[in-house]
Amino acid sequence: MTMQRISIDPITRLEGHGKIDIFLDDKGDVANSYFQIPELRGFERFCVGRPIEEMALLTNRICGVCPEAHHMAASKAADAVYKVDPPRTAKMLRELLYMAFYATDHTTHFYALGGPDFIVGPDAPVAERNILGVIHKVGLEIGGKVIQMRKYGHETVEIIGGRKVHPATSIPGGITKILSEEERVEIEKMGRWAIDFALFSLQALKDIVLANKTYLDLIVGDVYTHKTYYMGLVDENNKVNFYDGKVRVVDPDGKEYCKYEPKDYMKHIAEHVEPWTYLKFPYLKNVGWKGFADGKDSGVYMATPLSRLNASDGMATPKAQEAYEEMYATLGGKPVHQRLAIHWARLVELLYASERWVELVTDPEITSPNVHRVPTEVPTEGVGIVEAPRGTLTHHYWTDERGVVTKANLIVGTTNNYAPIQMSTNKAARNLIKGGVVNEGLLNMVEMAFRAYDPCFGCATHSLPGQMPLEITIRTEDGEVVDVVKQFVD
Amino acid sequence: MSDKPFDKSQDKPKFAMYWAASCGGCEISVLNIGEKILDVDANFEPVFWPVAMDAKYKDVEAMEDGSILLTLWNGGIRTDENEHLAHLLRKKSKILVAFGSCATEGCIPGLANLSPVEEIFATAYHTISTDNPNNIHPVPSFEVPEGTLTIPTLKPVLKTLAQVVDVDYYMPGCPPEPHQIAAVIDLVIQVVQGKAQLPPKGSYIGCGNSTVCDECARARNVKTITAFKRIQEVAPLDPNICILEQGVPCNGPATRSGCNARCPKVGAQCIGCYGPAEGVLDYGSRLITAFASVVDAKEPAEIEAILDGIPDPTGQFYRFNLADSMLRASTAAWKKNGH
Repeated sequence: MTMQRISIDPITRLEGHGKIDIFLDDKGDVANSYFQIPELRGFERFCVGRPIEEMALLTNRICGVCPEAHHMAASKAADAVYKVDPPRTAKMLRELLYMAFYATDHTTHFYALGGPDFIVGPDAPVAERNILGVIHKVGLEIGGKVIQMRKYGHETVEIIGGRKVHPATSIPGGITKILSEEERVEIEKMGRWAIDFALFSLQALKDIVLANKTYLDLIVGDVYTHKTYYMGLVDENNKVNFYDGKVRVVDPDGKEYCKYEPKDYMKHIAEHVEPWTYLKFPYLKNVGWKGFADGKDSGVYMATPLSRLNASDGMATPKAQEAYEEMYATLGGKPVHQRLAIHWARLVELLYASERWVELVTDPEITSPNVHRVPTEVPTEGVGIVEAPRGTLTHHYWTDERGVVTKANLIVGTTNNYAPIQMSTNKAARNLIKGGVVNEGLLNMVEMAFRAYDPCFGCATHSLPGQMPLEITIRTEDGEVVDVVKQFVD
Repeated sequence: MSDKPFDKSQDKPKFAMYWAASCGGCEISVLNIGEKILDVDANFEPVFWPVAMDAKYKDVEAMEDGSILLTLWNGGIRTDENEHLAHLLRKKSKILVAFGSCATEGCIPGLANLSPVEEIFATAYHTISTDNPNNIHPVPSFEVPEGTLTIPTLKPVLKTLAQVVDVDYYMPGCPPEPHQIAAVIDLVIQVVQGKAQLPPKGSYIGCGNSTVCDECARARNVKTITAFKRIQEVAPLDPNICILEQGVPCNGPATRSGCNARCPKVGAQCIGCYGPAEGVLDYGSRLITAFASVVDAKEPAEIEAILDGIPDPTGQFYRFNLADSMLRASTAAWKKNGH
């Protein structure tokens, strides 16, 4: 029997956005698999020579799905470059914009992409496993609510950031926007609506997914389990924070492995290069790169909603804390290794973002005109870290004495999860391909492995909510087609 | 493009939207048109739209040439794959629109043209946190124990869509604002229904034909300045006075209108994402002229000293449109491109 190769091509591969090659050994079992990212735009190179205050504008364009994350990380790095601490109101306005973005982003993922597998069902006909199927199952009004949630989020981003996509107002030392009372009232109204929406979403998860034993078994089963390190930003009480704090990493047993200030990231994180892909593989430097492996001895870590919850001691808002406790009680305590629980964690975060949204917009100082502090120190070097929805986002800049960038280093959200995604792909493939026979279920099982991590595959591939068309072609070494298995492909 | 872009006797006209080297913001902006998206659904048959649906590349290949009425293309041409698909969609589409800044003028990723690809690699795979003692770089074709793995090749410079294929219309903006997208969709629907005519080929659509300054509510007092300032040195700005007259380099005077001057409205300078204003041959030259007109100096040395207040002239004057400007690329990158 000749060696076979299976190419899984999301349709986006053809635009250069991601592809998997699975190789089978002579028994027809999986020998190895490779998840490739075929694109590089070179931001770290052309940020050099540009003024530091432009980093928040240029790096937005790394990802139009989460430009807010880059806007914030770059601004915080610029603050650090000038050693300037923005006024409280400026920091609150930035975080408020960020919470509205988070609520929108998590909503899109849950309803349009991750949710369909559970709400409609992993074994439902493929034609129903999409946002329309979700609406069909939970009722028409939900479609309207999802659109409303996205609208409210983007409107809030636009009020504070100037634009719905690629906000423009965050600068070294603060923000250019002063919030009017009229705008504040509008944003508060939208935030309160978002809390109700988040609670509704968690209830839908309970009623439809958790009440169904088949789905629950799928979540807690072994196919999607990997015991790795988990990373997330925490506040001074070790509660989850998206905008500020220290990066905390827990080991596969849930014990704190390290906790570091953004400026110390290089002591803890390194990136590995492979010649067959444009994307790098970050890992925990002091554990070391041991290849695509689970466990305490491998430096592979995960940075997702679930990892943020695993790495924290809870949520800083009351309703989200309740949801957090309920999730861990149901799934048997911390840490949770089952990757599909990322969807649940995402909804806990949706509730936190909404509650925090209202906390911030009702703060008496949010409409203060004191939104900027003029930097006085000579600019040198600085690191800014935020939690992007898809993982810890690190921006690091060095400048000359005029504040012109001389070097840049970016470790982007999704990139953190590149190694775990590669591992999940492998595991799903090994479970489902035996003796050269491809189980039809592979397609959705592999698809679910992607979705759980990062449906958008964020800044790397730009795959957006929607169905992921897959076509698996099994060929002999000579290229002769043995079998073709398709999903979402005519 | 034919004179008759559609045939009413057939079913709904076909629609495609594709992304090349881009950030996805154009797609998000299309989603942000809200309920208008239902009009698209009611009037068009989407046949290729990776963000929203599942048609495949080979399905596009199988289509008759010219069978797609309208293709919105966003993203620059960075790899050989991008280039291949540009040619394919050109062939299959009656109307090909360069949608957004990347496709029309290269946008921020076009700044990569300041460096040859080797330098981009040398930076990306040797950053301070990268552990790469063996100097490994990604290669188009690599032998692993199990077989050969391939990835697309980066072109020496990033190109705009029109530098690769014939383009019918241009829609500027990073990203195009939702209200502009909605207006263009309305127009195309009217054309389909025979109620309106398409603009002349090569037109800029979904935008204004003056400058951002013309849309900006800030007062211009023909005040002159003696020094340029960085925004962090003077923020928050006076909300009612021209940003340029407050000394902060604002790209409004050379930038095409269409965004409703959104950034100046929230206290930030225009950074030029709608590209050169109508009739502007060289964006940078126009902007330098505008800046010079507010500078209060007569002696060349004095003027030079004031212009030194702009720390990054290349970025300031060609931030979004370097790839489509007369400069296009650095000499080193351009030579690698075979020129």
